[in-house]
Amino acid sequence: MTPLVIIFSYLSLLIVLGLVSNMRSRGTSEDYMLASHTIGPVLLLMSLFGTTMTAFALVGSTGKSYQIGIGVYGLMASSSGIVHSLCFFLIGVKIWKLGRKHGYSTQIQFFRDRLESDKIGLLLFPILVGLIIPYLLIGVLGGGATIAAVTQGDIPSWGGSLLICVVVLIYVFLGGMRGTAWANAFQTAVFMILGVVTFFVIAEGIGSKESLLENLQAATAQVVERHPEKLTRAHVPPLFFLSFMLIPLSAGTFPHLFQHWLTARSANTFKLPIVVHPIFIMIVWVPCVLLGTWATSAVGADGKLLIDPETLKSENQVLGILVAKLSGDVLTGLLTAGVLAAIMSSLDSQFLCIGTMFTEDIAVHYGGTGRFSDKQTVVMARGFIVAIVIVTFLISTVSPAGVFTMAIWCFSGFAALVPLALAALYWKRLTKAGAYASVSVAAASWIYCFWQSDFAADARYNLFGMLPVATMVAASTIALIAVSLVTKPPGEETLARFFPGAAAPRAES
Amino acid sequence: MKYLVWILIAILVVLHQDVWNWTDGRLLFGFMPLGLAYHVVLSISAALVWWLAVMYAWPLDEDSDAAAGDAAAK
Repeated sequence: MTPLVIIFSYLSLLIVLGLVSNMRSRGTSEDYMLASHTIGPVLLLMSLFGTTMTAFALVGSTGKSYQIGIGVYGLMASSSGIVHSLCFFLIGVKIWKLGRKHGYSTQIQFFRDRLESDKIGLLLFPILVGLIIPYLLIGVLGGGATIAAVTQGDIPSWGGSLLICVVVLIYVFLGGMRGTAWANAFQTAVFMILGVVTFFVIAEGIGSKESLLENLQAATAQVVERHPEKLTRAHVPPLFFLSFMLIPLSAGTFPHLFQHWLTARSANTFKLPIVVHPIFIMIVWVPCVLLGTWATSAVGADGKLLIDPETLKSENQVLGILVAKLSGDVLTGLLTAGVLAAIMSSLDSQFLCIGTMFTEDIAVHYGGTGRFSDKQTVVMARGFIVAIVIVTFLISTVSPAGVFTMAIWCFSGFAALVPLALAALYWKRLTKAGAYASVSVAAASWIYCFWQSDFAADARYNLFGMLPVATMVAASTIALIAVSLVTKPPGEETLARFFPGAAAPRAES
Repeated sequence: MKYLVWILIAILVVLHQDVWNWTDGRLLFGFMPLGLAYHVVLSISAALVWWLAVMYAWPLDEDSDAAAGDAAAK
């Protein structure tokens, strides 16, 4: 009962936060979608970090470490520390500048202008929304699994999923981007602090020794005894590991990160997030990876494994089971709130961004500027968000894939679009046809690989010993370059807008 | 300095593929697997390299930063 009271109190607090930010709102659609570009460095750091760390970071990393051991940190965490900051540095800062200069609030608006193509939105919109849905699923499934594990089934997974969807919808609707940024900052602090507390509490529960160091040593000693290979990367083939470096590239094209970038007060606001992001990742991932690895071998007072692999339904439940078995009721409630905080701090941005994309890129663009009032725009955004959340929730009730596997597929799709984003910002010779070719090849290769992997059921599916993302990124890059070089370069006016001071490229034909 | 920063970022990417630690199961302080400790150090190194990047290889100048903000404010 106590954990439930704490969880519901925490969820109520988020709704209050949404109400407070609603009172600070300027009432315009720009304020609702971009917080009127007022977000400073600390809030940007917290919201970018909170947005990129979802169920994948806490629930997924613990579950995957349970399966393959400590290699998970190198696969996703240290690589993200390098590559996410690279994306913020190379793409985010430039996008902020162009977004502020030309008034963009979505990726599609930028690509329409840069590529001189009104129709590119019709190709990109379904792809971006289609890739966001599995990303939403990661949060919805992770949240449901955590609540179900902690309440030992009193609240079923679907009930937990529904609960967090409703709470996030309420505070996003009330607070818009400002409320989302505030909630992200608050929730990021909550899950970082409680994540570390969880680690120490579970270490004590497993070790049962006097000092912290003795507990850590005792927990690892059990792994040395039962699964020493989990303390190495024996379960991770080198080429597979290498190709994982491409997965965090996806941060360069996440639509919700694009929207967060545009909320920054100035370009200098990015400096703090770029530097501190790798450290924040380390603070969250190291404890989770150790917990997942310990869970493979940890035994309780009765001498039985804390997590019985024979009865474990999904690796998503590993963290929830550890928390439920090794902490008191109050801590269980708090720690569950921390896990939910990580999940919801991504869901909120994703909900908001799909609403923004629908209104800006479809309704307002094709319906006509000035046709809808600010109030109507916000209502449309909310309607579309609810529709997507319902679809996501329904899929979550039948989805069999683990959080980690689903995340990899979702991130692979976004990573395959990064060559286009980079070329749009740095290569004057990129043409409209080259962009269409790149996006089409990225989509086709993703669909083919997803189908070949039995729709993500085969978690070991690879191409040439590497993750399919390597093939997708290579194919979309080749298509982009080859087609751009044989088609007509963009006009001088467009190049002057996006590359001021640079000479126009010469046409090949 | 700009080139040095990019060289350091490339070195980080190479160091990330630490094949020499692949099956090394030794522990630091009796609990921390060596392969994990190595990547923790790599994360801290990444933060230091990104600090150098924002200090010495920032992609925008202050004028363009201000200009973008001014344009949007009009």
